[in-house]
Amino acid sequence: MQAQRGVGEVILRLEGISLAFGGVKALSDVSFDVLEHEIRAIIGPNGAGKSSMLNVINGVYHPQQGTITFRGEKRQQMVPHEAARQGIARTFQNIALFKGMSVLDNIMTGRNLRMRATILEQAIRLGRAGREELEHRAKVEEIIDFLQIQHIRKTPVGRLPYGLQKRVELARALAAEPDLLLLDEPMAGMNVEEKQDMCRFVLDVNEQYGTTIVLIEHDMGVVMDISDRVVVLDYGRKIGDGTPDEVRANQAVIDAYLGVAH
Amino acid sequence: MAGALDTFPRLMLEHARVRPDHPATREKDLGIWQTWTWRQVADEVRALACGLASQGYRRGMHLAIIGDNRPRLYWSMLAAQCLGGIPVPMYQDAAAAEFVYVLNDAEIAFAIVEDQEQVDKVEEARSQVATLERVFFDDPRGLRNYEGVMSFERLQALGREYDRAHPGFFEAEVAKGRTDDVSVMLYTSGTTGKPKGVRQTHGAFVAAARGGAEFDQLVPGDSVLSYLPMAWVGDHLFSLAQWVYAGFTINCPESGDTVMIDLREIGPTYYFAPPRIFENLLTQVMIRMEDASRLKRWIFRTFMAVARRCGAEKLDGKPIAAGDRALYAIGNLLVYGPLRNVLGMSRIRVAYTAGAAIGPDLFRFYRSIGVNLKQLYGSTETCAYCCLQPDGGVKLDTVGLPAPGVEVKIGDNGEVLVRGAMLLKEYYKRPDATAEAIDAEGYFHTGDAGYFDADGHLKIIDRAKDVGALAGGAMFAPNYLENKLKFFPHVKEAVAFGHGRDMVCAFINIDIGSVGNWAERRGLAYSGYADLAGKPEVRALIRECVEKVNAELGADPALHDSQVHRFLVLHKELDPDDDELTRTRKVRRGFVAEKYAVLIDALYGGKSVQHIVTQVKFEDGRSGTVAADLAIIDARTFGPDAARKAA
Repeated sequence: MQAQRGVGEVILRLEGISLAFGGVKALSDVSFDVLEHEIRAIIGPNGAGKSSMLNVINGVYHPQQGTITFRGEKRQQMVPHEAARQGIARTFQNIALFKGMSVLDNIMTGRNLRMRATILEQAIRLGRAGREELEHRAKVEEIIDFLQIQHIRKTPVGRLPYGLQKRVELARALAAEPDLLLLDEPMAGMNVEEKQDMCRFVLDVNEQYGTTIVLIEHDMGVVMDISDRVVVLDYGRKIGDGTPDEVRANQAVIDAYLGVAH
Repeated sequence: MAGALDTFPRLMLEHARVRPDHPATREKDLGIWQTWTWRQVADEVRALACGLASQGYRRGMHLAIIGDNRPRLYWSMLAAQCLGGIPVPMYQDAAAAEFVYVLNDAEIAFAIVEDQEQVDKVEEARSQVATLERVFFDDPRGLRNYEGVMSFERLQALGREYDRAHPGFFEAEVAKGRTDDVSVMLYTSGTTGKPKGVRQTHGAFVAAARGGAEFDQLVPGDSVLSYLPMAWVGDHLFSLAQWVYAGFTINCPESGDTVMIDLREIGPTYYFAPPRIFENLLTQVMIRMEDASRLKRWIFRTFMAVARRCGAEKLDGKPIAAGDRALYAIGNLLVYGPLRNVLGMSRIRVAYTAGAAIGPDLFRFYRSIGVNLKQLYGSTETCAYCCLQPDGGVKLDTVGLPAPGVEVKIGDNGEVLVRGAMLLKEYYKRPDATAEAIDAEGYFHTGDAGYFDADGHLKIIDRAKDVGALAGGAMFAPNYLENKLKFFPHVKEAVAFGHGRDMVCAFINIDIGSVGNWAERRGLAYSGYADLAGKPEVRALIRECVEKVNAELGADPALHDSQVHRFLVLHKELDPDDDELTRTRKVRRGFVAEKYAVLIDALYGGKSVQHIVTQVKFEDGRSGTVAADLAIIDARTFGPDAARKAA
């Protein structure tokens, strides 16, 4: 659990990924890698293919070309449940929580893959089901403490403000104890204070659990502050890759963001 | 255990001996209430004290304690006391720059702080604090890569080693403690000038704790929620001194945001909160009642009327009519009981409020549903302890009887003077301030003006420096009057005049929300603040409020002359932007008197109407003028005869 911060080996490598929906090319020939324990950002203007990229990693979309190497295992495509089992968790651009359920129950669903008891055992709380639930609850409480959401533990998610819902979603993703965490615009729609909180939590997750993080973000300030390396996409193509400083100095990136004089 | 039970470490060890398995401290962690018994607390404190000793902490040294209410921080205070050291709890929400003054003033070398936030602030202050040597932290989160700071666990581990290598050391240190050693240094808030370190002895706090514990029969079975700032004298009395004296259980909330949830789960028997917390709780209840079904609202209204009629009397043990008694019993089943439960007050035997004036409706509400809410009076210099309201003898506008072992008298200038075992030893490094505060006879000058009523209850009316006199010589306490007026929801601000005059007159500011709502319900059309304030109906409404206050004052022989004879309703709201209020919304009396001199002349000159043009600053920075003709209203006053009859 306690991992040392310090970037390690390549955990995920994407090579020559191309993805098309009919005639629309969402991604063309994109390659990059993610190192263990790093915070890797994917940025780009609207429609650049950021979320598509995340969906490819996560197995929601299947690229027509290219290969994905995760933990040394090479494959053409991922399948979402397979990805989850291998330690990839994610949050969504539009919050995807169970609105009528409490925060605690929502986070508990993140433990689902790790529950070993059968449905029957769980239904009648027999044998290992009860013991298991205690263990999972302990883990969930640790995450609740970590993200400082004790005061809303029993509150239905639908009644929470947006910023807190985002935090609950992060909590659910963390409950799966992922090695690789995909965050789709974790700070979208937040005010400055909520953004600062979220930044701190992302950094804390990375430091405390050593989780590798791939995040998509619009807010350039945030990205440059917390990322180790940044990939820049524009119209489905990779136009930049490097440390925040390198990316900031990259002419193609400046043009994509600010527009080019014709 | 050697030695008398007159220091906190010895009291703690006595509890560990007499009731080793009784819960002493609880904290909600990871969703579960964790409990430490007295024996465990004594072990933790011992390891900690030895740890501090191994790091060079010596007798007489200060130990800064900074953080939210955490068990380990309370234990740290005891650990310092075991070694003859002096804990200095500091306000955890202060900025680093504010830390610098106290850290320097107290020559802090050792600090135990809660978490990364506090470590960062202390480290930021370090460059300006030459004495600071060691910083220890409780919560390791985010602190892994910090250098030069040590975790609480490590400190205790070193302590256990030290303890093994030096058998008898801990016992000897505790035995060396004397009752007139300084047990804690608490800083005053410093609203006037720099904060001063108030040094209290073990003897003083033990006396205050003993007095309070006997007064309210506190026993080990009691339970309190420790959630107020540790640097505040009230928390030190309730959560440390009385805790270690009476041996009850303190409960630390999970976080600042969960206090209300934790309150409900713990159901404390002994509770302390400033008036604004009681007010917030009530507001929450009222908002939720608005959303309730019609039947529930009806039940609530009906039985709250019963409670208003007889609830407070019932709590005081006064006789009430049989019909009311039956209705109250039903109400208790349907409304008051469930309400107390929702508020987390089902088990409360004693609840105190202090620090600010509490509104009569608010006070009566809690008492009427069976919560034994009382007021107390005290200050940092008196261990938060001077006067307490006895059960069955609670009055809204007094602070109760002098506490056991406390002498209270009124000075020639009307100032409240107190003497007793709970007085401060001194202000740290401020012999001048000490000499000023404590006179030759040993009385502490509180700076508050007050008097005793017919039943011997102390009534605090104002800060002594604000109290003036009418031309006839009678005492005039403007804040007291203004507060009384402001308890009416329709009155937003009031400014009373009378020093050196033959009668009291006042300016009133209406509360636009409350009065506006009142006007709407009556179909009274108005265009804005000035228009509403000028309506004859509104003047009549405010006049009712003023006359109610007059009736109360008329019945009080000491304040009888302070009745408001004439008043006017101001055409604009007093505003900090116009320098009429301070940023903390206190009236700047002198400035207002100067600015509106023409109105004061009209009040005292017998006019019935006065034209005025006032400069105002708008929020966008422009300025303009507001003009109005203000009517001056004569309020009915109540003569001594009427007062005597009323009394």
